[in-house]
Amino acid sequence: MSQLKWQFTTLVEAKWETPTVKTLVLDAPAWTGHKAGQHVDIRLTAEDGYQAQRSYSIASAPDDKNLSLTVERIEDGEVSPYLTDVLQTGERLELRGPIGGYFVWNSDQKKNNSQPLLLIAGGSGFVPLMAMIRHRANVGDNTPTRVLYSARSDEEIINREELEELASKDSALEIIYTLTRKQPKHWKGYHRRIDRQMIGEVAWTMKDNPLAFICGPTALVESAANLLQEIEYKSENIKTERFGPTGG
Amino acid sequence: MAENFISRGFVSKRRVDDAAHKERIPPGQYETRDFPVLSAGPTPQTQLDRWTFSINGEIAEGLKLTWNEFLQLPSESITVDIHCVTKWTKLDTKWKGVAVETLLEKIDLEGNAEIKHLIAYAKGGYTTNIPLTDVLNKNAWVVYEYDGKPLTPEHGGPARLLVPHLYFWKSAKWIESFKLVKEDRPGFWESAGYHNYGDPWKEQRYAGD
Repeated sequence: MSQLKWQFTTLVEAKWETPTVKTLVLDAPAWTGHKAGQHVDIRLTAEDGYQAQRSYSIASAPDDKNLSLTVERIEDGEVSPYLTDVLQTGERLELRGPIGGYFVWNSDQKKNNSQPLLLIAGGSGFVPLMAMIRHRANVGDNTPTRVLYSARSDEEIINREELEELASKDSALEIIYTLTRKQPKHWKGYHRRIDRQMIGEVAWTMKDNPLAFICGPTALVESAANLLQEIEYKSENIKTERFGPTGG
Repeated sequence: MAENFISRGFVSKRRVDDAAHKERIPPGQYETRDFPVLSAGPTPQTQLDRWTFSINGEIAEGLKLTWNEFLQLPSESITVDIHCVTKWTKLDTKWKGVAVETLLEKIDLEGNAEIKHLIAYAKGGYTTNIPLTDVLNKNAWVVYEYDGKPLTPEHGGPARLLVPHLYFWKSAKWIESFKLVKEDRPGFWESAGYHNYGDPWKEQRYAGD
């Protein structure tokens, strides 16, 4: 396999998605493409040569024009506050990728009965799942897809407008939110952590031959994956990506 | 890179200036005090009365141990630094377990000189490959206690492999067996773009590094 080389990209646009999450749109001339769900390594270099690296999920679909990353600002983080607060448009950012070949989803138009998707996200764990949703929409794939998105409050839902626009045009795409800490007035959706009853109401059953992707904080991923196993999902039906509190 | 690139305005908040301490953090890593959990699928639950560990492969005679038999083997307490390819390093982690060398002593390796690789198999289908010389001459264990307590399932309990001198994906959780083979066979991550050997001090994260 050829080496994953460090390459320069240029920030062309930055947009706050929520009070703590920002999308960086990059011009990446050396980028050779990726699959939805993969990530990149970012490397920052200080004046004295000190370097720090962290991994970030790719938010853009393989078929989008630009490579984009959606980054959560971690208050005491080493890299993320630089990306959200310091890096300016026109400045360069060094990265390499794509990385990760397991937590990925590819539209396969040739298959007649593709596996229905269950995408479960906690907080900024939604980012790689959004890349899958964008890819699915870009290629006109109509795989039945349910998204269960757990966020603390409605203002912390990333890409909400785009998501709801996609769902309004696509009856095979269902979005279900649960707001665990703060709900707007008249909120009719879930307002608790993902539990057995919620999984029972939202998840495809095993006879649908589903494929689940779960991404978020460790506790959410552990709990959702265990609940899916209780309804007979096998480990090959469940792909997970966990992040602990120490990100960066 | 050819030019000396600087990320304008990047000042680290986490850098370690204590030299002795810094020496223990491989390139591109940062220190964490937490113990993050990373697995590609759900966490399997294992009943101890059904747990077994076996050694098989291209050898004349293998080995199969129950949980109680495993606990009878001579154990060691070890304190080591661990390095995850996702960039975190955790210093001074404390484990208890059986040295892989102790397990392999039960196999007639001298009569099988062509065996060069150990493939670790874990519950759930995960595999990882390690050169046999690494587990014989360096340090590797099958551990069942972390920080004085039974190893929890999310960290690989009841028992996991511990190969601290390689990136932590080599330390397979939920270990079930070792397959001893002549030819190398890339495992789960090694087949998905990650480095075949994974030395953190050479920063061998991905294929070609």
